[in-house]
Amino acid sequence: MTDTTNTSPDVDSSIYDELPDAPPKTRLRLSWVGKISVAVVAFWVFIAIVGPYIAPYHEAFFIEDDLAGNPIDDPSFMLPSSQAWLGTDYLGRDILSRIMWGARTTIGISFIATLLAYSIGITMGIAAAVAGGWTDAALSRMVDAVLSFPNIMLGLIVIAAFGSSIPMLILLAGVIYAASVFRIARALGQDIMVQDYVEAARARGEGLWWIISKEVLPNAAMPLATDFGLRLVFVILFISTLSFLGLGVQPPISDWGSMVRANLQGLGNGLGGGALAPLAPALAIASLTIAINLIVDDISAQAGGSLAGKMS
Amino acid sequence: MSKKQPIFECRDLKIEARPWDAPPIPIVKGVSFDVNPGEVVALIGESGSGKTTISLASLGYTKPGLHFSGGEALLLGKDMITIDAEEKRLRRGEHVAYLAQSAAATFNPALKIGEQVTESAVLHGEMSQEAANIRAEELYNALELPDPDRIGGRYPHQVSGGQLQRLMAAMALVEKPSLLVLDEPTTALDVTTQIEVLKAFKKVIEEEGSAAIYVTHDLAVVAQIADHIVVLYSGEVMEQGPVEEIINRPKHAYTKRLMAAVRPSPEAGQGIATSKEHMRDVPALQVKNVSAGYGRGANGQPAVKVLRDINVSVERGHVVGVIGESGCGKSTLARVMAGLLPASEGEVLLDGNVLKPALQDRARDELQLVQFVFQMADTALNPRQTIGDIIGRPLTFYQGITGRERREKVLDIMRMVELPPEFEGRQPAELSGGQKQRVNLARGLAANPEVLLCDEVTSALDTIVGANVIKLLERLRKETGVSFVFISHDLSTVSSFADEIVVLYAGRVVEQGPVDEVLSPPFHPYTRLLITSVPEMRVGWLEDTMETREAAAGIAGAVEITEVGCPFFNRCPLKIDGVCDTQAPPIRQHAKGHQIACHHDLDEIEESEHQPQKVLTGYERALVDEEAAKVTKA
Repeated sequence: MTDTTNTSPDVDSSIYDELPDAPPKTRLRLSWVGKISVAVVAFWVFIAIVGPYIAPYHEAFFIEDDLAGNPIDDPSFMLPSSQAWLGTDYLGRDILSRIMWGARTTIGISFIATLLAYSIGITMGIAAAVAGGWTDAALSRMVDAVLSFPNIMLGLIVIAAFGSSIPMLILLAGVIYAASVFRIARALGQDIMVQDYVEAARARGEGLWWIISKEVLPNAAMPLATDFGLRLVFVILFISTLSFLGLGVQPPISDWGSMVRANLQGLGNGLGGGALAPLAPALAIASLTIAINLIVDDISAQAGGSLAGKMS
Repeated sequence: MSKKQPIFECRDLKIEARPWDAPPIPIVKGVSFDVNPGEVVALIGESGSGKTTISLASLGYTKPGLHFSGGEALLLGKDMITIDAEEKRLRRGEHVAYLAQSAAATFNPALKIGEQVTESAVLHGEMSQEAANIRAEELYNALELPDPDRIGGRYPHQVSGGQLQRLMAAMALVEKPSLLVLDEPTTALDVTTQIEVLKAFKKVIEEEGSAAIYVTHDLAVVAQIADHIVVLYSGEVMEQGPVEEIINRPKHAYTKRLMAAVRPSPEAGQGIATSKEHMRDVPALQVKNVSAGYGRGANGQPAVKVLRDINVSVERGHVVGVIGESGCGKSTLARVMAGLLPASEGEVLLDGNVLKPALQDRARDELQLVQFVFQMADTALNPRQTIGDIIGRPLTFYQGITGRERREKVLDIMRMVELPPEFEGRQPAELSGGQKQRVNLARGLAANPEVLLCDEVTSALDTIVGANVIKLLERLRKETGVSFVFISHDLSTVSSFADEIVVLYAGRVVEQGPVDEVLSPPFHPYTRLLITSVPEMRVGWLEDTMETREAAAGIAGAVEITEVGCPFFNRCPLKIDGVCDTQAPPIRQHAKGHQIACHHDLDEIEESEHQPQKVLTGYERALVDEEAAKVTKA
């Protein structure tokens, strides 16, 4: 027994190093669907930024004369031509220009509203997870109350009471969607708060601010960022729905949702007579939201089931 | 021996990982071995050696990201790699079954055990539910599970860890597979439970006549159960041969290195002589009459009391080993010391000054002097911070060191724990298990503490890696004069490293004292059970041990927390009915600082150790009980 346990002279400890058991770090790799989606999103972001500068007309410009300068009898629901590439809407405005201008309104409002939802939701969610107990219960019940209303109903009530303006829309969408962000942030926070490294920080005597900013948030960042994309889609659809109902962005400012609604009568005329007017902005909404969704799917697939599980 | 066809043949097996952005990395580099009928082949090696990957090949399975790139895995002459999915599905369970490391993670907590054990047999259409139930009960009997006719009706949380591990064996064996693949089935268990499980596995493999592949890094366990050993390193076979030959006459340098890393069995006189150089008149850390527990019960007492009336003192520069089975309160004691769990009674003293029970009430310099090192380096290190930040934070937090000075200190500490300086900018996920544990220790040391509380820091590590970490700790205590509280369920490690040992059982100290005193007679009956349960790297040890009285009385028992009497009562071979179960045992002083809590006086205990140890058979025990019943009637 003893002879086997003593170190033999010919044991060379330098050759057999500890084997690394860590897999090599993998970078994010998007599938081709993901790559196309990134291109679509990048395209819309580009349009949102430069759209108004490169659009052929102003969003509120009525086409009254043809290219030669002769007045047109009925400029509404014109078919695509070299004058209006995607045709005109029910009032004779250029659809292409309105989509380009509208990109800024739709994407801008949604993006700012989602950011707002995130700042409120994460602050409250992490606070609830870290503080626990009474604070958590109070915040959670408040959020439950918001979540128990259908989003659109809540939106309708608030707009009916306070009227519609762009800052109002942003605030409204921000608060409504903060509730669902709160849920995710709180769940992630609770998950992380019981990790040994957080306990190690507590044992060291670290303050609350360090624990939240250095231990919890960096570990919640990835799933939250992925969720941001999905949330943005919901907000775009929410704003578009409100506009479609005539309660969102008010004319003459163009917005994809209100374009669909205002031109709805064109749909009855078929493709030959103005169906493109509601379909083109609808297509814009669909392409942007689906593309964002596909990117999020791709990222969660890469991150494995863990991320997907936390998101649902 | 007749020349039979092997159950499983591994022929020049090659498996590689195929990362998308790099050339394939070979994981298994041409491994060949046979498993003959009735034979147990052990695959041994450290983590990363490919042993689990190879064993899974017998099921025709690779982990995601891995691909078979050559060779054959012939199960009963059929290559499991090339057969189609449907045939694979039929063969798994019927011809080959897999037993994972953690039974707790394998069982579905929402289904009854019996349903899960019989599920595969019924699904494969092998047996009817009734036949499968009968077969399962037969296996429960063979695996020596209590209540074999009823245990199938329980849920997984209603049985102990050791029982669950054996139930998983029943699940694997229900279809009478020709080959059983066991992946570290006893690694997560306490020594006493390990014996029980090993014994049951060995018996059932013999009775069922199935062959087995046993994957482990524990040589002492291999010596008990295997017939043939394959030593692996980095996906290659270093050496293979019959168990006797490898254990007693290892030829390859790597096998010898593995052997050298195995700790000798706990005995007096192995440790380093108690060092006096750092000693002071006041202990560094002292725990006085401490009780603690979890939950909130009546009048300020915890709902579940885990520790009762604990007295421990840690001298400066000393290592105090705390041992006991899982659930005995080892980690709770460390958490009370650190203030993570406030004691409900008693006090904790640092350098003679009373510490506030709760962490948030302690001053920053008090926190600095007592550092806690968590068990799992995987979860104790923030995955989003670099190694430099993790080690540097205590420097900034306690001592206000920043900038270049901090960086230099971090590099110094990294050198001290033998980490290469280029790791400074890496994240924990890029390090191996042993390296992460070094970072974990380095973070504790960076605070410049007086006492380092180490909670099972080597338990999750391989033999060689764990031995290196212990070597590092030995050096650190000599160089720094830091005191260690070293919590472990591994008595061998503690006995070669600690100055004093505290033996905990069900939240009470049953024996404590200098290491050589605790490890030489007289023993508390529980200490003796622990010592005899540590597997020796010797063929036939298991059989020898099972014949001792300690094994018969204590191994099958489970820890029960009792309000009155001695907690060890139900497992003690020396118990006195009517005394031990009703009165708390007195603390008896043996030598200086050596205490044993027992109703027997020390001479009685010592004498009992010299008596021949005879185990009663079930029949004999029934006779004795009958006698006793007659006496009480009369």
